[in-house]
Amino acid sequence: MTVTGRGSDADPSTTLSEGYRKREESITLSSEPAGVDETHELLTLNIGPHHPATHGVLRLITTLEGEVVRDIKPIIGYVHTGIEKTAEDKAYWKVIPVVERMDYLSYYFNAMAFCGAVETLLGLEIPPRAQYLRVIHLELNRINSHLLWLGTSALDLGAISMFWYCFREREKILDLFEMSSGQRFHTRYIQVGGVMEDIPAGFEANVRKFLKDMPNRADQYADLLEKNQIVIERLRGTGIVDRETMIKLGVTGPLLRATGEPWDLRKAHPYSSYDHFDFKIPVGTVGDNYDRYRVRHAEFYESVKIIEQALDGLPEGPHITPDRKVALPPRHELATSMEALIHHFKLVTEGFRVPPGEAYYPIEGPRGELGCFVRADGSAKPARVHMRDPSFVNLQALAPMVRDGYIADLIATLAMLDPILGGIDR
Amino acid sequence: MPDATELELTAQELRDAHRDSILDTEFHRGRACLIADPRQIKPILEHLVGKGYTMLASLHGVDYYPNEPRLGVLYEMLDRKRVQRISVKARVSTDDPRIDSVVDMFPGADYPEREVYDMFGVVFEGHPDLRRILMPEDYEGHPQRRDFPIGGEPVLFTYNEEQNYGKYV
Repeated sequence: MTVTGRGSDADPSTTLSEGYRKREESITLSSEPAGVDETHELLTLNIGPHHPATHGVLRLITTLEGEVVRDIKPIIGYVHTGIEKTAEDKAYWKVIPVVERMDYLSYYFNAMAFCGAVETLLGLEIPPRAQYLRVIHLELNRINSHLLWLGTSALDLGAISMFWYCFREREKILDLFEMSSGQRFHTRYIQVGGVMEDIPAGFEANVRKFLKDMPNRADQYADLLEKNQIVIERLRGTGIVDRETMIKLGVTGPLLRATGEPWDLRKAHPYSSYDHFDFKIPVGTVGDNYDRYRVRHAEFYESVKIIEQALDGLPEGPHITPDRKVALPPRHELATSMEALIHHFKLVTEGFRVPPGEAYYPIEGPRGELGCFVRADGSAKPARVHMRDPSFVNLQALAPMVRDGYIADLIATLAMLDPILGGIDR
Repeated sequence: MPDATELELTAQELRDAHRDSILDTEFHRGRACLIADPRQIKPILEHLVGKGYTMLASLHGVDYYPNEPRLGVLYEMLDRKRVQRISVKARVSTDDPRIDSVVDMFPGADYPEREVYDMFGVVFEGHPDLRRILMPEDYEGHPQRRDFPIGGEPVLFTYNEEQNYGKYV
């Protein structure tokens, strides 16, 4: 890469705004020529990148005819931080905290996808207790993520009190995360081989207390929203995209399930003992914004059911693999065992090596299929880490959803799409 | 995941249908991978779609530096009925990194192909709107290539924007 400074040889007549125009040139504002005549006029409107309704740093170039959206182009990349590149320069276990920061609302899922891919390459067996603890935290994270989506989406529709109610419950989940891992966000709880620590005393009681409250709270949300004429009129019948188009676009998760397709990786291809639990996959019927809301809302109850069953059936045993080549030895062994000291030293300096190979590990994130591709070259650092982030792929469905609808529906549709820009830009 | 036998059968079927389309197969830790001829990527994927792998779950790039051909484009195909995945890998060289775009078959490949173009410099021929997606428009180089250094980016502030803006400078 060559970087030259704009010194004295630069044309002094090129002003900052001209340079800006030039950088924008390649963005084609494709607009439909139909409709442009003496009585119709197309207007190009820029929304974002800093706009409260774009749920992050997303820029939308919309082509409007009156109040009707004729075309839309999302421009992304404003929060691209090169996490995939950073990960190539870190030992495997040091990659976990950076990948957690991709989709910043579903950090347990990011860590799970990455650890799952590495465990596949290592051929590691995960102890059953660790699998159950993972499921408990993944599902708590799913509720957490959906709560934030519901609160901010309702805010976009003008219902500010929903935001406070959702954040009240979300605080409780964050307190639970703090209790089990010491952190509220980006907990680094899921490790290669298991989880960081066993749950502390009292954690189970606190989770059960939360699980007892949560279905009632979800009922209250439904009472507030579903008996509200404004919410129903803004959601019902807007942003409809049929099932086939969604599948062609690669859309997964609640957006696909809202069209009536019961595709959920937790059922279709169970990982981490999901086949031990009894739960249902909520699906919609027509695939409008109301169905998207209903599917996610119904997932609150299903996640609560999964966590309850995981707590009831939580097996005894180790919380992380006993393989000392991958997982740190317990602290007390360091004082008595030379071997444990060597393992500890090797792991915290170089890290563990992974035999050459490639793995793609898909899991069902709150927004759809979250797949992690890892290529190992035999060293202690991954040669390639790629996250197939559901938000990135799902964003492509925005144009078919909002085309030929009102611009007010664009805001509701974007909220129901639930994009997380940290995951899109990575 | 198809097992090793089924992978070989699929590969043979593809070779029969399209000569020299499959160069090799890989089976590692339950992951079935077809190494495809980049020039025949579209007929291969069409054949796999006909076999039930109707969904393109993911498309991503890999740099196999220092092995040649260096760049790899990976297609993770998914059969939702049988819940099976098969990946197709096409290797292209950095001298002439060209491969056919599959956006007309899978509209969802639009952003992923732009990302691979942005990060690795693979040109997808026939892509309707191939330009950078995550990096700035005027950025030089392809940052995910293995020989691209980490760090060394000039930091852009308002006061030095005119002096120090990437290419426009």
